[in-house]
Amino acid sequence: MNRTVLDFWVGLFVIAGVGALLFLAFKVSSRNAVTVADSYALVANFENVGGLKVRAPVKSAGVVVGRVAQIDFDNQLYEAIVTFRIDKRYTFPKDTSAAIMTSGLLGEQYIALQAGGDSVKLKNNDRVKITQSAVVLENLIGQFLYGKAQEGAKQ
Amino acid sequence: MLKSAITRLGHRVLDAVWRIGFAARFFVATVFRSGTAFTRLGLTIREIYFSGVLSLIIILVSGLFVGMVLGLQGYDTLQRYGSESALGSLVALSLVRELGPVLAALLFASRAGSAITAEIGLMKATEQLSAMEMMAVDPIARVVAPRFWAGIISMPLLAALFSATGIFGGYLVGVQLIGVDEGSFWSQMQSAVDFQEDIVNGVIKSVVFGVAVTAIALFEGYDAPPTAEGVSGATTRTVVTSSLVVLALDFVLTAIMFRGVS
Repeated sequence: MNRTVLDFWVGLFVIAGVGALLFLAFKVSSRNAVTVADSYALVANFENVGGLKVRAPVKSAGVVVGRVAQIDFDNQLYEAIVTFRIDKRYTFPKDTSAAIMTSGLLGEQYIALQAGGDSVKLKNNDRVKITQSAVVLENLIGQFLYGKAQEGAKQ
Repeated sequence: MLKSAITRLGHRVLDAVWRIGFAARFFVATVFRSGTAFTRLGLTIREIYFSGVLSLIIILVSGLFVGMVLGLQGYDTLQRYGSESALGSLVALSLVRELGPVLAALLFASRAGSAITAEIGLMKATEQLSAMEMMAVDPIARVVAPRFWAGIISMPLLAALFSATGIFGGYLVGVQLIGVDEGSFWSQMQSAVDFQEDIVNGVIKSVVFGVAVTAIALFEGYDAPPTAEGVSGATTRTVVTSSLVVLALDFVLTAIMFRGVS
């Protein structure tokens, strides 16, 4: 076969292959991971993290602003210590509260940040003091049954 | 009786060990004598044409149909839980992580690997390789190395094309035919697929498969008994061995790469 024809087809093949890779890189995937360089860490204690996992999203007003980096257990307070990294572009006031929420009824769990009104902003390695634990379905059902039983006893 | 059985077993084991050693030396020789594959780029480009460009049709058509089937089956299962908007992430993740590299490698082994084995085996049977040696042309540098590098270059491109056409097939069936919302199809896909975790790991997988399949095909061809029967047996062994090796390597690579991914 002619060398030029061969080169042409191979060139076309390489262009198509690289095009497919670019399609996968830009149209199909996203750079989800918040890298250490352009983010800062915040720490929060939770009584119960429920099903929260490392790499779970941190959302504020429904927008993903960061990712959970680490989940540890505090053996003094018997609480969970959650470290999460927030994108540098976003800053939050000192009295911001963090809650563990579930997207949908059975969806993944995420941390929701509710901004406060303080003029001082949170910095790297600061602690989010106001937290709200994950809702554990069993506890909720238990409380409901307990309430019902008490109502019954009063009557 | 017992003695002859033991002798046969010993013979088998020694044979297998010798073959593994020969394959390893062949692989090392190919890598070290690859200079010609790059100094005479025309040779490699010719082989990319034969193993890459000519595999395009089967790769693209299979990719499209695999994606379309994934779209249909995925929708059928997901709609029971009312989460058919996750169809995009299902199709993209399964293609990019597993089906793209693995199926492309299996097709590559049967389309290009068998051709490489048959060609080199026949070259050996008709004593073309010995003739080259007589003319002081190194057959490994002249014949084997360009095919080796052509396989390594072609394989990731073919796998990427497989995944891309597969996702397009899933889009055709899911969005155009069934009517899943287009916006949620793409946005769920983008939020689920991570560039580093999924795309880059998929490309690494396909490069590894490319090395494995081409090396096996070249070795089987080079090692084939110089008879018609020998070449046909070697071609069959290429397809069987490289398919098994691809599947086994895929398990190992997946276990290493995706352990931490939820």
